[in-house]
Order: sequence, then C-alpha cells, then structure tokens
Amino acid sequence: MSRVFVPKDSGARSVGADAVAAAFAALGAEVVRTGSRGLYWLEPMAEVETAAGRIAYGPMAPGDAAAALADRSDKRIGLLAAFPPFARQTRMLFARVGLIDPLDYRAYQAAGGGVGLAAARAMTPDAVIAAIKASGLRGRGGAGFPTGIKWQTVSQAEGARKYVVCNADEGDSGTFADRMLMEGDPFLLLEGMAIAGHAVGADKGYIYLRSEYPDAEATLEAAIAAAPFLDAAFSVELRVGAGAYICGEETALLESLEGKRGMSRAKPPLPAISGFMAAPTVVNNVLTLAAAPAILAAGAAAHAALGSGRSLGTMPFQLSGNVRYPGLYEAPFGLSLRTLVEDWGGGTASGRPLRAVQVGGPLGAYFPAALLDTPLDYEAFAAAGGMLGHGGVVVFDDTVDLARQARFALAFCAHESCGKCTPCRIGAQRGVEVVDKIIAGEDRPRQRAVLDDLLEVMRDGSLCALGGLTPVPVQSALDWFPEDFEREAGS
Amino acid sequence: MSIENDIRQIAVAHQAADGALLPMLVAVNRALGYVPAEADAVLADLLNITKADVAGMVSFYSDFRRAPPGQRRVAVCRAEACQAAGGDALAAEIEAATGCAMGATAADGSVTLDAAYCFGNCALAPAVMVDGALIGRATPARFVEAFGKAGAP
Ligand SMILES: Cc1cc2nc3c(=O)[nH]c(=O)nc-3n(C[C@H](O)[C@H](O)[C@H](O)COP(=O)(O)O)c2cc1C
Ligand code: SF4
Ligand code: FES
Repeated sequence: MSRVFVPKDSGARSVGADAVAAAFAALGAEVVRTGSRGLYWLEPMAEVETAAGRIAYGPMAPGDAAAALADRSDKRIGLLAAFPPFARQTRMLFARVGLIDPLDYRAYQAAGGGVGLAAARAMTPDAVIAAIKASGLRGRGGAGFPTGIKWQTVSQAEGARKYVVCNADEGDSGTFADRMLMEGDPFLLLEGMAIAGHAVGADKGYIYLRSEYPDAEATLEAAIAAAPFLDAAFSVELRVGAGAYICGEETALLESLEGKRGMSRAKPPLPAISGFMAAPTVVNNVLTLAAAPAILAAGAAAHAALGSGRSLGTMPFQLSGNVRYPGLYEAPFGLSLRTLVEDWGGGTASGRPLRAVQVGGPLGAYFPAALLDTPLDYEAFAAAGGMLGHGGVVVFDDTVDLARQARFALAFCAHESCGKCTPCRIGAQRGVEVVDKIIAGEDRPRQRAVLDDLLEVMRDGSLCALGGLTPVPVQSALDWFPEDFEREAGS
Repeated sequence: MSIENDIRQIAVAHQAADGALLPMLVAVNRALGYVPAEADAVLADLLNITKADVAGMVSFYSDFRRAPPGQRRVAVCRAEACQAAGGDALAAEIEAATGCAMGATAADGSVTLDAAYCFGNCALAPAVMVDGALIGRATPARFVEAFGKAGAP
C-alpha cells in the first residue's frame, strides 16, 4: 500500500487538499497529513512515497489521485530536492514543515526535534543566553531587536515570577510564515518557548494567537497537550485574540493578555522589565522562538555563518500578491529583492509590468522596480527608507494606483488605532480626508502641505509604531509614484 | 434557562485564568454568535469589575458583536495582498451576489458580510471565508459554489 503525504495546512485546504486526501484514501493509500512545503502555486500538492523518495504532484484535483499513484500523471513535479524552487532554498526553520504529521511527536524526534531543548537544559541559563547572543539572532517580528539581549534583560530583572509570551498575532498582510509553522511544526515553537523559559527563569508561557487562524489554534491546542517536555516546571497556555491589529504590538498584546482593551503602553518600562502582570516578560515572535532549538542543537556558529552584515541566519520570505509563483521561500538574509520577486517568483501573475512591491506589511514602504536590487536585510531596507518587517513581500502590477494604496494605509491605521494618542487617532482619519481631496483634485498644493505636516506629526508624535510608521507607506507612495497624486480627477 | 445563566456557564470555565475577561468574551461570542447586553452584568459580577469594563472590551475588539449575526457568515479579505490579486473586484461581486453591503447583516437576517484583514492565505489570494471555511484563489464562481453548497438546506 502506498503512503501519500497531503498537506493539512489551511492554505492547501482552502484550495481543496481535503478532497485530494480523501481521493487517495478511497484508493486504499495510507494518507499522512502534513504542513505545506510553501510552494503555494502547486497546492494542493501530494507526495507519493517511493524507493527513490517522495515524488511530488501538483496542483492536484481529486481525479488526479489514481494517475499519481501509478506515476503516470501530467501533474508530476518529481523529487523536491531536485526541483529548483525548493532545492535552492535554505530550509532551517522550515526544515520539517511538510515532511511529518505535525502532531506526531515520535516523527518530530526522528527528524531531529527535541535536541535543542535537551542541550539547553543541560546548560546553565547564562550559557544558553550566551549561545543565543553569539548566534546573532534578531527578533523576526519586525523590529529586529537582538534576542540574546532581550533574554538577558529578563533573566537579570527582579521578579518573583517571569513569563515567556509568544507573539502569534501575525497581522501583517502578506505574511503567513507564523501560521505555516504553527500548523506545520508546532512542537518546534513549543520547544523554543521552553528554551526561553529555561534561559530566563520563567515557568509559564503564553501564545497569543490571532482569531483569524482557527486551524493553527486547533493544532496548537493538540500540540500543547501532547508535548512531553511541557510540565509544571514550564507550561504553555494558548490565548486567542478577538480581531485587533494593534494587539500585535507587544505592549498592546500584554494589555489584551491581561484581559483589557489592547491599548499600547508607554515605554519605558520595557516588557522585559515590567511586562505581563508587571512581571519581567520575554515577548518574541513565533519565528524568533522557533529559531532557538537549532541554535542550541547545532551551535551558534552555524546560525551566525548564514546571512549578511548584522542580519544573520535565514528568513522565511513570504511572496504574494500579483506574482506568478507565490509562496514561502526560506533563504539567508541578503538575497536581493529582485532575485526573490523576478527569478524565484517569476514576476507578475498578470504578465503586466511590475510597478510596486510592498515589503514588511501595512507599515512597510512601497518600492518601485528601480529599488529591486535592495538586499533583503534589515539595515539595507532601513537605508532605502523601508523595513523588512516580518518578511512579507507583496507584488503589484502597473494597474495599481498608489494614491489609493496610500489612502488605504491611512484608513487601515484609522480603523486599527487603539485611540490612546491624538496623532494616530485623529491624524489617520484626517489623512484619509486629505488624500481623498488630493485624489479628487481639490486645491492640491494646499492639501499636499497639510498632508506633509500631518505625516510629520504622526511620525514624530505617536506613542507607538502603528501611528509612527503609517507615514512610511504613504511617504513612499508620494516619493516614488508622485504621478498617481497628480492625475486628472476621475481618470 | 435564562440567557444570564447560559452566559455564566460559558464564562465560569475561564474564571481561574489571568486576564480572564478576554477568554470569557471570546467563549460567549463563539457560543452565542454575539455578546448580548446581558453578558455585561454577568461577567462584571464574576470578575468583580464594572459593567463599563466589559462594555469597553466589547466595543474595542472587532470580533465581538452586540447583535446576532446572520445565519450565514461571509468574511472577505480586504488587505493588500488580496487587493493586488483582484480582491477589490471580488468584494464588489460578493456584495452583489449576497445582496449585502460590506460590514452589514442582510435585513432578513440571512447573511452577515464582513471585511477581514488577512487570513494568512495571501499566497492563494484573494481569500474569502464562508461559514468558517477558508476559500483560496477565490473567484465569483468559486464563492457562489461554496456559498450555495454550504447553505443548501
Ligand atoms: C502595530 C504593530 C503590530 C505588530 N504586530 C506584530 C505581530 O503581529 N507579530 C509580531 O511578532 N510582532 C508584531 N509587532 C512587533 C512587536 O511589537 C514586537 O516588536 C515583537 O513581538 C518582538 O518580538 P521579536 O523580538 O521576536 O521580533 C508589531 C508592532 C506594531 C507596532
Ligand atoms: S500610535 Fe495609534 S495605536 Fe499606537 S498608542 Fe497611539 S493611538 Fe494607539
Ligand atoms: S492579504 Fe488577504 S489573506 Fe493575507
């Protein structure tokens, strides 16, 4: 009887993976549901186990199952190890995703899981922190803060109780790496949290998950119940949000976790000093925590050997929008945006010229084609007036209107503002009105002056980065695509 | 059974949690489809806080609604990656197909149509959720198929 691997990833399911799995089962195959390999244009994908390895097919329809089992399908992709879109990646974080049943702990161990935690628990907390520092690991949630320094701060802070909080709010449009990892390899995240707990002296961890991810919720619940390394010495609780982008901002997240409105706190104090319930708290992104096990298992030097400049290790870049080959591509930092978008992504899906690329979510800059040679690393993006954020890259063709995208950025901020400070709460709403006037061709020079002023106030006067960074996409649209703000009204 | 009793039973399971109000409200909203006004006094009593504390939570988080939703629930992603992949046109088609405006519940209570901001399905954009089931590479035809199928009596 053949063994067939079909993703249970919510993305794969959204295009029919359940029906494909059922078709294989009906033909007598043993079906193992896995995470997704991230080659989404080929989903639903199926891999049939053979003596030569797993032969991939996709995109599959239920009617293709019989031909795949007989290896005479025109959907044949072959071994992924020999398929360039997969083979040229450097899979570190996502090494296991798509290979195993995410909730099969034995399979997790057989594929190298658990080694990092065992190594960490045999070390002193200070030695673990030293290893994380030496690896050069920086937070994957957006700001790129050095993780070892954060853990050290929590470790050294006074507090009867300390906490590890995983930020699984993943609100940025164009990002889905956290979701794929939680659905596809949840034990890895839990192992990383346990390592953090050991390092900082915390006995409790929380995962704050956005409510838009019901499949990840079910998988995490099951993984928490099944993980043999979670016990009274370190336990994890899952907390589900209720639809608020701002709750991805770490202090708003902590307020929400405390059962309050998700309103950002003034910093200082940093969460590392006074976080959840005023206790020293590590707040890290899913991918940051998931990077820890490999660093402890394979050594800090192996992590630090990859990447460029001060951006070390790999990043799972997420490519979407109007692009031919959308998906998750893990590679060392430093890959050029052009390589990702044109070579790996195949350019626009529409076949029309590429006009803009938004990198780093709704608070990230819109780059024109002229900036495609920017390397994907934190410093290079900052120098070009953008930010890498959580690694999302959204492609737009020449039908995009950047004045409308600028309006959307402001409207999104107005919609998601927590309301605590005026520049953001009022400024974003005023910004929408002003851009509307510019689009309508009303008194443009004056409105433009008002907009410039408004963006400056938001940038410099906002309490947190929602208001502070919303000017970034707007400014980039104004700087790189001024013609979109000068069009004849109504055209 | 009064609605107050129902709410109390749903909520009390979360009473021991730190920051219990959020999980309580999530549980009530999921079980009943909305957070009835009666919940404010019940949760305030359970947690020894004010009704205003509860009401403030309900108004802050967009998942919480004060009125029962329609029988069918449709959420359309309106965020950037879906916009880049034809999401604006799709949203308009879905408004037309359901006869419901974005953010509204149809007058006959048959359907609620909501805007959503990213389902993490950006690589299979545009994305729509119909009664909790995610649809990727959504087209008007694929939407109508899913909406018709799931809703067939
Ligand atoms: C408006 C806003 C939304 C954010 N959303 C997220 C998010 O969804 N996930 C995340 O990990 N970090 C998010 N962040 C960044 C967090 O505030 C914080 O920097 C991060 O969780 C720290 O973890 P790291 O050091 O591992 O990156 C957001 C920040 C802002 C200002
Ligand atoms: S910038 Fe916006 S989201 Fe941040 S604290 Fe101010 S009002 Fe709240
Ligand atoms: S932007 Fe629509 S699913 Fe992510």
